[in-house]
Amino acid sequence: MSGILVYALHDGEGNFNKNSLGAISEAAKLAGELGGEAAAVVVGKVGDDVGGELGRYGAAKVFRAADVEEGLAQPIVDVMAKLIGEHGYSYALFGGGLLGFEIGAGLTARLAGGVTMEVTEVQAREGKLVALRPVLGDSAIADVAYVGEPGIIIGRLNAFDISESGSGEAEVVDVDVELSEWSTKAKMVTRGEARGEDINIEDADILVGGGRGLGEKDNFKLAEELAEAMGGAVAATRAVVDAGWYPYAAQIGQTGKTVAPKLYLAAGISGAIQHKVGMQNSENILAINKDPNAPIFEFCDLGVVGDLHKIVPKLTEAIRAKKSG
Amino acid sequence: MKICCLVKEVPDAAVTKRIDPETKRLDRSGEKNLNPFDTHGIEAAMQIREGGEVEVDEIVAVTMGPSSAVRALHKAVALGADRSVHLSDDALEGSDVCATGLALAKLLSSESPDLVLLGQQSDDGECYTIGAVVADHLKMPSLTQVIKIDVASDALTCERQAEYGYDTVEVQMPAVISVGDAINEPRYPSLKAIMGAKKKALDTKAIGDVGLEADQVGEAGSKTQVLGMNPPPAKQGGEVIEDEDTTETVEKIIAWLDERKLIR
Repeated sequence: MSGILVYALHDGEGNFNKNSLGAISEAAKLAGELGGEAAAVVVGKVGDDVGGELGRYGAAKVFRAADVEEGLAQPIVDVMAKLIGEHGYSYALFGGGLLGFEIGAGLTARLAGGVTMEVTEVQAREGKLVALRPVLGDSAIADVAYVGEPGIIIGRLNAFDISESGSGEAEVVDVDVELSEWSTKAKMVTRGEARGEDINIEDADILVGGGRGLGEKDNFKLAEELAEAMGGAVAATRAVVDAGWYPYAAQIGQTGKTVAPKLYLAAGISGAIQHKVGMQNSENILAINKDPNAPIFEFCDLGVVGDLHKIVPKLTEAIRAKKSG
Repeated sequence: MKICCLVKEVPDAAVTKRIDPETKRLDRSGEKNLNPFDTHGIEAAMQIREGGEVEVDEIVAVTMGPSSAVRALHKAVALGADRSVHLSDDALEGSDVCATGLALAKLLSSESPDLVLLGQQSDDGECYTIGAVVADHLKMPSLTQVIKIDVASDALTCERQAEYGYDTVEVQMPAVISVGDAINEPRYPSLKAIMGAKKKALDTKAIGDVGLEADQVGEAGSKTQVLGMNPPPAKQGGEVIEDEDTTETVEKIIAWLDERKLIR
């Protein structure tokens, strides 16, 4: 049976990650084309209503490993490897996200399965799945097939659209899994700590994104002043959030927020894939960066090669003057 | 304790990367360099040694790749590794993530490290997965994209950012940890270290030396097959201007914003 097993990530309180819901939707569609079923895996304390919740997106079954803690990959590898072994699922699918990479990688080793990552599209061809994966800084798309089973597919952030195609309740099946010895050797001390103040960037029409090119923490005020003049908010890249320059709540991209404002003004942001996936659907993208080879110039609408420390203050001033004039 | 740093030779960032249309593999000719993400792994090893919380007996740079990959090992040694190990064998050519992970795990097994460090991604393959593949083969706990490591005698306290914010995880050693670039600022090697790097021990191994059969690696051991390469969907390229006169540049930006009714 050409079934597809999908990992459904949640926050520990039963709120599922929307990339996981996208992956379930995608799996349901593909399983239909292959003539198999899509099943979801959840770990941790999740209520019985999970069947209805994930069934809406097309999961036929939900395997629940209640005794396994959510948040660390290796115990979930144990769960998924057991399910694939017992039920013969042909593919494992993950939505974009850090844990998906880790679990998928673990399954690759455990089951000697092929793996593709950063996948943007999956196609069913002659009863098998082919993963489409951008390579070389998104300058080419590789069509990748699997040799043998299982095939492991790790999606790029926001690659799979959410679709409530499910017709009914998914059956909830409780599973008991004995963990591998090494899976018990990592222990979560604290999960999901949001560092810095809680700020809302998702509702802003205009976002000024600040990256490492700002040079130092204090220079975020350049971005803040510009955002204020334009009536927008300030967002940040992962690099500067990890460096402690700006709050996590303002972070865009992989392991951060996904936004699509009317204007995204990127100041000192190179445009690495991890950032791009969180903002590429913005209506207008304006980039200021001193490196003419920065990837962001490949996908912005207006690119300015120059020193943001010179340009941004003058731009702020000009916008203020125009608004008051 | 013994730390192994996995390193990789990648095309230099300034080199335009291309796929060889015949083999459908990355064309690896041209200028090469040590994967920049791996320099953070070596720096993390050096900081553990210098931190003095644990006694680090040895830092070993480990790679697999063609003969040119010794240059990446020399760089790793110049940055602080004591010696290096190179798995080099024609049979490895064309290995996918599955086969590469197995080969590296076998190579690492022969060194019995207490800690394996590597960069969270390679500059060319962008796979993010090798650390976790290797860890499962070695039956070791692992964590990827780590940005802070505190080391005690037999455990590490690691921090990393995941989907819901920052996680703090305690990992018992032996372990495999991939590090993000926010973890440290790699040092520049001294001229003396660069000059001396070629004199440090470099052990070259073939697949048979680490217990691998030819059908486990290379194309034979790979579980994925690239069917073809296609250009991405065409996107209208944006306009790019150079800032020569900032007043003029700002006028152009304002006009562009105005046209799109973005100044209100």
